[in-house]
Amino acid sequence: MSKSASLAYKQEPLLSRAAAMLIMGVFTLYFLVPIWWLFVASTKDKGDILTTAPLWFADFNFFENLGALTEYRGGVYFQWLLNSALYAGLGALVATVFAGMAGYALSKYQFRGRDTVFNVILGGVLVPSTALALPLFLMFSQVELTNTFWAVFLPSIASPFGVYLSRIFAAQAVPDEVLEASRLDGSGELRTFFTIGWRLMLPGLVTVFLFQFVTIWNNFFLPLIMLRSEELFPVTFGLYAWNTQLNQIPELRSYVLIGALISIIPLIVMFLSLQRFWRNGVGAGAIK
Amino acid sequence: MTRTAVATTARRGRKNQHTGAIIALLTPFGIAFALFYIAPIIIAVWQSMLVVEREGTFGKATQVFGGFAQYALVFQNAEFLAAIGRVLLFGVVQVPVMLGLALLFALLLDSPLVRGRRFFRLAFFVPYAVPGVIAAIMWGFMFSPNLSPFSAITKNVDFLGADLILWSIANVVTWVFVGYNMLIIYSSLLSIPTEIYEAARIDGASQFRIAWSIKIPLVRPAITMTAVFSIIGTLQLLAEPQVMKSFSSAVTSTFTPNMTVFATAAVPNTSLAAAQSVVLALATFVLSFFFLRFANKRSI
Repeated sequence: MSKSASLAYKQEPLLSRAAAMLIMGVFTLYFLVPIWWLFVASTKDKGDILTTAPLWFADFNFFENLGALTEYRGGVYFQWLLNSALYAGLGALVATVFAGMAGYALSKYQFRGRDTVFNVILGGVLVPSTALALPLFLMFSQVELTNTFWAVFLPSIASPFGVYLSRIFAAQAVPDEVLEASRLDGSGELRTFFTIGWRLMLPGLVTVFLFQFVTIWNNFFLPLIMLRSEELFPVTFGLYAWNTQLNQIPELRSYVLIGALISIIPLIVMFLSLQRFWRNGVGAGAIK
Repeated sequence: MTRTAVATTARRGRKNQHTGAIIALLTPFGIAFALFYIAPIIIAVWQSMLVVEREGTFGKATQVFGGFAQYALVFQNAEFLAAIGRVLLFGVVQVPVMLGLALLFALLLDSPLVRGRRFFRLAFFVPYAVPGVIAAIMWGFMFSPNLSPFSAITKNVDFLGADLILWSIANVVTWVFVGYNMLIIYSSLLSIPTEIYEAARIDGASQFRIAWSIKIPLVRPAITMTAVFSIIGTLQLLAEPQVMKSFSSAVTSTFTPNMTVFATAAVPNTSLAAAQSVVLALATFVLSFFFLRFANKRSI
């Protein structure tokens, strides 16, 4: 914190400062205790989890639990984790490229019907993706693609919100003068985009990627409707499936707990390392 | 004069040359959007207009055009209407609570009252990294009497019973999304030039007064955006209640509209499910649209 900020802090009444810090402290507990509990629970064996203090460690069995998870049903859990990485990673990558191109075109060129095209896409942002899941199932069953990788992957490559963000980023980050200059140099429009345009938009495109990645990673209705075979499940859906069987197979509980913990680690790491893109991105989305 | 005319013609000429590039840049997204947004909407609307007709009780079933017959059934379906009522009640309570908290945290982070804002920003945002399914599983365990770290409370208060389950789900949704909404509002606060506050400080306005009279009106667009996304999310509730179903018998398979759609489709009655989807999508669209209109009008 800078010196002036520190001075400003001291100028405020002590009571206000204490009240503010109390609120922040209480809610820090609210937000972090469940995650702490999950971590502690995943280090315990089946007995300790019921008998020892829930918020503190007993015997440290984390690696034993992890080993058991790795072996359970031929390591299907790690297949799920890989599936999620493919659905969300590849899906978000393709969606970002498509959205970046479309947003750039909508921002940098004047053409007839541009506003209509943009408004239709913007309408797409308001269409709930769960409303699309059922008709998508009907479409995919026509071409016999239900219960395949493609049934979950393909619908995620269209991101209207990504186009909306990309258009804002293209308007902010790509000056018209740069385009004029490259035209004078004789560069074609597409070449200009693929050599210069997307580089200038890159910080924004990372944000689009993040948003789409999280959307796909969290998608529930599509796997619920499309997938039957366990080996195609994304990790969240696989854990959901295990969780529904807890009454019949109680030993699944420790797999659900440690599986849940491991599944959120990649996202937390990604969030922490790409924080600044989140900040810029959500800001850009909110400014009208 | 002539030079301008020449320049204009040249520019117009170039603009026409760009048509190819525009089409090339828009096509990949356009195809994906047409296939996975426009086509499903058309199919859903078409499907919702069909009814099954049988020749006699055990005769061959054929689908024929039935107009709005399915929509009449949608509005006679007590379970679907109850589900809509339930999420509306949920939204009326949960959305204001969540956005109120998000606004409070954003204002505190932006005020000189709080130290360690980087830490708090992160701590509050971390739950957003937890998918709804996982968050619901975690809280499901936290609410159950045996495993909960707060078993003194959960043994006496039945968070998973019929009375409280809706609010337990509301807690899960709030826990996940407060930090995300906080970040949107906070980013918007950061973009306000600080000079705006200086006059108010010199006049002796308190932080509370500055927040109420200056900051909140200026971040209205951000609050509107978070509200629209929250409204959409509320009507679409699926993963959290679906997970809670395995912790609580109070969650039926028609607890939320989306769960009803899934249950109806599984019967299978795809036409009725399609009609329910269309009604739900329209309701979402109309609610978001009018909220945007209303919020924009108020800010002028």
